Amino acid sequence: MRFQSIKELVDLAEKENKPISEIMIEDEMAQSERTRDDVMEEMSRNLEVMEQAIHRGLNEEVKSHSGLTGGDARKLREYIRQHDFLSGETLLYAVSQAMATNEVNAAMGTICATPTAGSAGVVPGCLFAVSAKRNASREEMIRFLFTAGAVGYVIANNSFIAGATGGCQAEIGSATAMAAAAIVEMAGGTPRQSGEAVAISLKNLLGLVCDPVAGLVEVPCVKRNALGASTAMVSADMALAGIESVVPVDEVIEAMYRVGNMMPNALKETALGGLAATPTGQALKEKIFGKSPDA
Amino acid sequence: MKYRSVFDIIGPVMIGPSSSHTAGAARIGRAARKLFNRQPKKAEIYLYGSFAKTYQGHGTDVAIVGGILDFDPHDRRIVDSLKIAEEAGIEITIIPLEENQHHPNTATIKLMDDEGEIELTGSSIGGGKIEITNINGFDISLSGNSPALIVFHEDRFGMIASVARILADNRINIGKMEMSRKSRGHDALMIIETDQKVSDQIMDQISNLPHVHHVFVIFP
Repeated sequence: MRFQSIKELVDLAEKENKPISEIMIEDEMAQSERTRDDVMEEMSRNLEVMEQAIHRGLNEEVKSHSGLTGGDARKLREYIRQHDFLSGETLLYAVSQAMATNEVNAAMGTICATPTAGSAGVVPGCLFAVSAKRNASREEMIRFLFTAGAVGYVIANNSFIAGATGGCQAEIGSATAMAAAAIVEMAGGTPRQSGEAVAISLKNLLGLVCDPVAGLVEVPCVKRNALGASTAMVSADMALAGIESVVPVDEVIEAMYRVGNMMPNALKETALGGLAATPTGQALKEKIFGKSPDA
Repeated sequence: MKYRSVFDIIGPVMIGPSSSHTAGAARIGRAARKLFNRQPKKAEIYLYGSFAKTYQGHGTDVAIVGGILDFDPHDRRIVDSLKIAEEAGIEITIIPLEENQHHPNTATIKLMDDEGEIELTGSSIGGGKIEITNINGFDISLSGNSPALIVFHEDRFGMIASVARILADNRINIGKMEMSRKSRGHDALMIIETDQKVSDQIMDQISNLPHVHHVFVIFP
């Protein structure tokens, strides 16, 4: 790829007067020696998987094997329909769709990792909510995923995207930053504003630990996807309003890397700390798996 | 650069719930299966770090067994892999270990039957991507960024040239090459990362070379 940092990505997009999605598409074609049709087609298939997961999560009785998660996306959807909600309609659609995706994931359904399975709700949740609001075409929806992917590519190579290596900041943090940048582009913002949205959203999630109850990608993952989506939406609006991050985006990504390295293993997807170590977390673990030999 | 493609980030399409602990685990299992090249009678799965602590919650065991059954990370049959393996008469042993490996999500898989056994160690580095660090006692470093051709052969002169000639004749460019052997004149291993896909036909040509024991491709 021609870019290794968000700054390089934004500079390239500005210099060539192209959206971030176009830079990503061109670089993917060059890197993999594939045609435009071919890479667009592969991303289109990923988009279809995301759409099906959301549809399933909102329309079927989805329940995980442990029984810990499932059905909350539908609860929120009903609430949006029937109540005078306080935040925004698009925002709550993004949140409900993010939850729908992750509830399907928790139930061992089919999803598309963005960037991981545990954080797979944020990007599609925002994508389908903003697309509905903006009447986006299928091509614009596919482009949303290339923009998100470009940001994820930079974060993955300069920091981490796995909870086991960097904590939840690496998963929900990355997913939220990816979604925020793509929302900005779909809403007509500039590549620079996309970069600011990455910085603003990621800063808010720095230090977030990965502490899944009983080691399951359920509690708190489903709700962290929900609130990751809301952070992405609000960060995008802030960036579109012209608000800039004082600390430059690539330094925020570097900070995430350093925070992740300082984080103890108990808070990196080992289910030994945080919410997993609470009395309720421990009791649920015992109920689901019985007495653990290392407990 | 560990991640080379936008589809490493947006993707893979997979069965939940965890890209590291499910999709990556399935890929490690499948790499072992490709190495063994047939359905095993027995599988021993050693888990380290986060894999050892949370495998039940994430279905890591289910996913690795799915891979051993040669299923893709998005194959719905993964959900029932333990049952399918049992019905197929494959004896599965899961062994979580306390000791730590370099990467927190690491598994060593031993596959065996009456005719032989193989051992493969791999780590799931995030978002479904894996690295293979050991094959049959040979320390290696396979990033999974390109297709990798693995050739087990007898350690003797001309082996590299004969394999390279077949690749050259088929217009396949070599990105990285690594050799490893246990001792002079005995078993050796050649790992060739290629820029293009290696077809079954090319694999057959290499397999038919004298002194080649076994050839397989991972990350196709």
